[in-house]
Amino acid sequence: MNDTSGTSERLIRLSGVTFGYDATPVLSDVDLTVRASDLIGVVGPSGAGKTTLLRLLLGTVRPHAGTITRHQGLTVGYVPQLETVNWNFPVTVTECVLMARRRGWPWASRGERADIMQTLERLGIAHLADRHIRELSGGQQQRMFIARALLRRPQLLVMDEPTSGLDVTSRHDMLHLLADLNAEGTAILITTHDLNGVAAHLPQLVAVRHRVIAAGSPARVICPPVLEETFGAPMQVLQHLGMPVVLDPFTATDSRRAAA
Amino acid sequence: MATLLDPFHYAFFVKGVIVATLAGGLCGLIGVYITLRGMSYIGHGLSHAIFGGFAASSIITVNYYLGAGIWGLASALAINAVTRRRRIGVDAAIGVVTTASFALGVALLTVFGTKGPSFDAALFGSIIGVSSADVWILTGITAFTGVAVLINYRALLFATFDPEVADVSGVRVARVDALLMLVLSLAILATLTVIGVTLVAATLIIPAVVARMLTNRFAHMLAWSTGIGAVCGFIGMNLSYHLDVPSGTTIVLTGTVAFIAVLASTGGRRLSRAARREVPAQPVRS
Repeated sequence: MNDTSGTSERLIRLSGVTFGYDATPVLSDVDLTVRASDLIGVVGPSGAGKTTLLRLLLGTVRPHAGTITRHQGLTVGYVPQLETVNWNFPVTVTECVLMARRRGWPWASRGERADIMQTLERLGIAHLADRHIRELSGGQQQRMFIARALLRRPQLLVMDEPTSGLDVTSRHDMLHLLADLNAEGTAILITTHDLNGVAAHLPQLVAVRHRVIAAGSPARVICPPVLEETFGAPMQVLQHLGMPVVLDPFTATDSRRAAA
Repeated sequence: MATLLDPFHYAFFVKGVIVATLAGGLCGLIGVYITLRGMSYIGHGLSHAIFGGFAASSIITVNYYLGAGIWGLASALAINAVTRRRRIGVDAAIGVVTTASFALGVALLTVFGTKGPSFDAALFGSIIGVSSADVWILTGITAFTGVAVLINYRALLFATFDPEVADVSGVRVARVDALLMLVLSLAILATLTVIGVTLVAATLIIPAVVARMLTNRFAHMLAWSTGIGAVCGFIGMNLSYHLDVPSGTTIVLTGTVAFIAVLASTGGRRLSRAARREVPAQPVRS
């Protein structure tokens, strides 16, 4: 994640990047490197600049200052937040996944159909291929978009809040899926609000609040000083089975009051 | 039966029917993209904007298609450009650009008069005065649009469904948007004299909305919407002759009847049923 964290191929490097939609910068002086073997979680409160960081990585916005260096010929797959999707749009799962192949006739070729079915099978949703996208559960909708991204054979998969709105089982499945994809050679970068359910399970984290507060292993990022600076509130962190567990300060306060 | 076939003995009516059927199909096709992008109002707005071009080209004696076409395309691109600025929504952009153009058109026609199609024909449509050139121009525009949609099908679909992800995935979204604006402007331009400024928006929206109620598949929606638009154009034009009512009105009213019939029989049920039905995922293969 940083220049000394790994030896695998460097895919994207942000150096001193600053960006804002108006005069006020959303992100300032950001340094971040994504390598081919990385599985990175970007954590931070709402409005901290997580999605903007994704947009910079994806190249849909250009930095006001600093440089972004991409590996030549880098292919990036992007999975958007489910909340931004028009679920009444008239497409089936197959039609949605086929969008990844941006050239060609309206209908899928035999090879494309086989490729789509193989990807859907890999993600456990092949039996939903002809369903309308609204008929899927949240976890299935996420898998559909992952399938669409994977059809491009991306070196880097970027996902915006992939576990948002998922139940515990779906979230667990999603984390396993991401770990599997990463083990198969796809670099993954996700944003998440969920410190205990998601972030603590990822090998690398970046805490963001208009700048990079800290980056590294969960043990290094999920600690009281970093969390307080990132979320603007003091937080307690316990260790459970070797993993950090964040105590929600408001829940903890309420519990103490209730006990008293 | 003889009464129904009677108008087909007149060349002007045959040309009118061809134009109305082609126009209905063409607007039905483009209308799918327009309604799914939440830009239903643009058809209404652009037809008014093109009216400004119609007036200007009439006054400076430039060919109607050339003058109004350039004007319409410029208006569409202006709306697109204004919309891309984050602070102004698409509805506001359409409202500003197109009403200003329409107002200018009315002012020009009031001061200088018209040398081309009449004011009423431009507003409400007319089967009288459809020339062979009009038929060929509309046929050309329809063929161009069909080929453009066929070749750019996936890019148009992706850019309509999710422009941000399409952009990241290598679709040139700005170019695709410009293409859509181009065919939309051309379609409105070519159909304006038959359907009229005030009603052309309905021919874009109604077939697409009816088609959406009939299917959950994009390719099927395109086919349904094109077919419904063409049939409404054909029936509406015949009704126009027999009832002696402006053609734009009867075409739109035919579409409205189709909308009510489909809404009554299937409307709302399909989507709500789809929303309720969820299928569990199978285990992930690791």
